[in-house]
Amino acid sequence: MSRKTLIPIGPYHPLQEEPELFKLYCDGEIVRDIKWETGYNHRGIEKLSESKSYDQVFFLVERICGICSTSHPFAFANAVEEIVGVEITDRSKYIRSVIGELERIHSHLLWVGLAGHFLGYNTVFMWAWKYREPILDLFEMITGNRNSYAMFKVGGVRRDIEKSKIPAIRKEMGVIRKKLDLLTGAVMDDPVIHARTKGVGILTRQDVIDYAAVGPTARASGVDIDVRRDDPYAAYPLVNWKVITAEAGDVFAKAEVRLLEMYESASIIEQCLDALEKLEEGNIALKINEIPAGIGTGRAEAPRGEVFHFVVSDGSNSPARHKIRAPSYTNIATFKKSCIGQTIADATISLAAVDPCYCCTERMAAAYDNSSGEKILNANELIEISMKRTNEIRKSEAGHE
Amino acid sequence: MAVYLFYFLIFPGLLFMAVAGALLSWYDRKITARVQFRKGPPLLQPFYDFFKLLLVKETILPKHGSRSVFLIAPLLGVFGATMAGLFILLPLFGIETGFRGDVIVIFYLLTLPSFSYIIGSLASGNPLAAVGASREMKLIISYELTFLLVVAAVIMKSGQQFDMNSIIETQQTGRPFIGSISGVLLFVAGVFCIQAKLALVPFDMPEAETELASGIYIEYSGPPYAMIKLAKQIMFFILPAFLVAILLNGMNPGINIVWFILKILGVVLLLTLIRNTNPRLKIKQASGFFLIWMNLLVVVAIVLIAFGL
Repeated sequence: MSRKTLIPIGPYHPLQEEPELFKLYCDGEIVRDIKWETGYNHRGIEKLSESKSYDQVFFLVERICGICSTSHPFAFANAVEEIVGVEITDRSKYIRSVIGELERIHSHLLWVGLAGHFLGYNTVFMWAWKYREPILDLFEMITGNRNSYAMFKVGGVRRDIEKSKIPAIRKEMGVIRKKLDLLTGAVMDDPVIHARTKGVGILTRQDVIDYAAVGPTARASGVDIDVRRDDPYAAYPLVNWKVITAEAGDVFAKAEVRLLEMYESASIIEQCLDALEKLEEGNIALKINEIPAGIGTGRAEAPRGEVFHFVVSDGSNSPARHKIRAPSYTNIATFKKSCIGQTIADATISLAAVDPCYCCTERMAAAYDNSSGEKILNANELIEISMKRTNEIRKSEAGHE
Repeated sequence: MAVYLFYFLIFPGLLFMAVAGALLSWYDRKITARVQFRKGPPLLQPFYDFFKLLLVKETILPKHGSRSVFLIAPLLGVFGATMAGLFILLPLFGIETGFRGDVIVIFYLLTLPSFSYIIGSLASGNPLAAVGASREMKLIISYELTFLLVVAAVIMKSGQQFDMNSIIETQQTGRPFIGSISGVLLFVAGVFCIQAKLALVPFDMPEAETELASGIYIEYSGPPYAMIKLAKQIMFFILPAFLVAILLNGMNPGINIVWFILKILGVVLLLTLIRNTNPRLKIKQASGFFLIWMNLLVVVAIVLIAFGL
């Protein structure tokens, strides 16, 4: 075996907006192995959450991701509402879905722009981001913020979408469709983009299942999963839409899935607006005085895939334990499959194709003795415990069958 | 002797080419900005950039690798670009008539900047620079044959004239070479060769910002990087000028200088539009593009020339 060159991508590199280190072990231009180091962005969100009240946690989890900043509150609200055991009002369901889908449009537009930039196609970068601006303006009109909208609370939403605001949103949905047509045409019909993205970074159906990839990454490989349909929440069961999938599993398919999903999002928003027009204004939040003791799980389909929140309540006003799994946690592991054997040029776009978000997914685990304050378990020991538990659960499930 | 020094340093040499190149790079950046819904830089921005690098920024030398080669390489690039520019511009402006065979000399001198980048980046000892250098080498191997064939076809077209002056004169007494089918084919191939020589998208894989973080230039900073920018700006002026000279009639004396400037701006506009409507190719795809398609195009043009088209 010849000596391999180490090509570092990171910790600071124009390809990635966040610090993380990918070590590409290359033989000439061919990537033979890939290793990555994350942990540059660890913020201790789960620990922080235990010291905040339920109302405050919404503002905290909103800041896990700056781009999909409503998917985490979405999942957290689902989890806490499961503990309380309430069903929120229809109006707040529709408002939640409008916010969630607007966010999907702006997040996917952001990805399309970045993907163009990574391919050296800066015109697509600038155009996609220009098209994204009016969506952010809509957010400002509805919620008062262009990002980190602070819309959700336990039992509903904080702000109403008044009838007077609906025409502006409806108009923008018409405009964004035309812009999407233009952008989709520019991406789908360009032979040079085809040459750069087709057959690149392929994830087979089996790879996706093995690595438990989620979201557009999975759907582009023909795995038909979407939390919005599989585990319905908010207004998604009340409106008509379809899950977009593609078969090829390459970078082009991932772009295709995202572009077509934006049309679905626009259609969901329009249907929600129709419903909001019929419903009476007000009545957007239930009054919830107490969170009882219990455990709750919440899932939400973020633009990048499934967000999972697990909340343990001990009846006090803050979570006793709050576990968060962001979609990138499983998606970035697929690099082992998608990048090896490719050239550096293909590997970089494959890295970007899952739309990774590293700071969302970085976690640390340590175990301390409560009385002495000493560290009693290290990372490897915790992994061992976790694997043991998983095996036990598997065995007990097998027993049931 | 003094007059040659003047030619080399002031007009139409280093100073003139640097200023013209800087203005052209502003034009390129402004158009790019307008295409991308941006406002674009002010007219003097390329000068600000250059002087900031030259006078303000510090030079950071790589710890490993050969420092002297690393520092000499950018100067070699500027020298090569300026010499090539002189051989192009002196006959073009009608100052000197050049000599028999200067087209061949120009052809060799135009590769000097690319070679200097390769030497400099390999001397820096950076793995990303090494990947960039290997890509630049592959790129040179790909486009250089096409470029040589274009030059050879032009020589054929002018009736076996091996000097710039006669090539321009043939066009001015007759008609521009682009006014024929073979001329148009040569122009297309020539524009793509220039695109690759200037390392603009879709052929910017040696620097590939989002893959290699500027690749061959990654270790350069301060004045040496200013020299690289200078060489690139000079190339940005003289390559379109070369194309205008060999295919588009060059420059008639007098008021026609405006016409000449418009021709240069037109070629640069074409380059800018190509770079703004394409993603970066992979090096393998770029090689295939030149070695198969562009060479085929030029060979067809040469056959057409043989039939007098």
